[in-house]
Amino acid sequence: MEIKHSQFKRCDLVRISGRLDSATAPILEEKLEAITESGRFRLVLDLNGVDFISSKGWWVLINTQKKCKRFNRGEVLLVNVQPHIRDSLELVGMGKYFKIYDDVASAVGSF
Amino acid sequence: MAEVFQSARRFFAGRYDSLNEIREFIAEAAQAAELDPQGIYAMQLAVDEACCNIIDHAYGGEDRGVIDCQVDVRSDGLLVTLIDHGRSFDPDKVPPPPIGKPLKAVKPRGVGLYLIKKMVDKLEYRSSSGEGNVMRLFKRKR
Repeated sequence: MEIKHSQFKRCDLVRISGRLDSATAPILEEKLEAITESGRFRLVLDLNGVDFISSKGWWVLINTQKKCKRFNRGEVLLVNVQPHIRDSLELVGMGKYFKIYDDVASAVGSF
Repeated sequence: MAEVFQSARRFFAGRYDSLNEIREFIAEAAQAAELDPQGIYAMQLAVDEACCNIIDHAYGGEDRGVIDCQVDVRSDGLLVTLIDHGRSFDPDKVPPPPIGKPLKAVKPRGVGLYLIKKMVDKLEYRSSSGEGNVMRLFKRKR
């Protein structure tokens, strides 16, 4: 899995590629924790290069969303979620916890 | 009775590093069984979740046992059989996932098994002291 982080004035963009499963979820968790621990809670996660997400991967995203939304200090937005991945997210009823955008510019611009 | 065209069996170390290799093994068999791309992903996800449950719950951690994985490419779809020799569980007693709950109340328990049930067309689980814990997952060809 590859993670690229860019910091903008109003939010942080994290581009992720590869597989998000039990083996790689802790790596992403650590990266996202480092961002939130630095006091930044407006995150755009670009999942364009992600071809697999298991429930362990979703829990990293959900826990980050919980942290960001606390005290209304921010939010995690998802971009470029592959249709088959989105289907599995909707199936377990977790789609409603995220706003999903089709392009990075719209998501970044929404903050 | 469906005809079995091809079978393969592999043993994987019960650790998270094995998951990618297991998914590739499943994808190859799913293609041979002529599942469509959605079906292939569904079977990979179901098997991944099942193997994680084996590592986390049956064995109670990584490197404590082996995952025995057999694939049967059948005329009507793909059958995957996973065997472990860890702690057994009762699928009917796993609580349902937190669908519909507010974000701050959601907890991970039960999501893996729920996903498995939703992803495959047939799921069977049995446990015996001789055979171990056997989970059979079947995905029909569309």
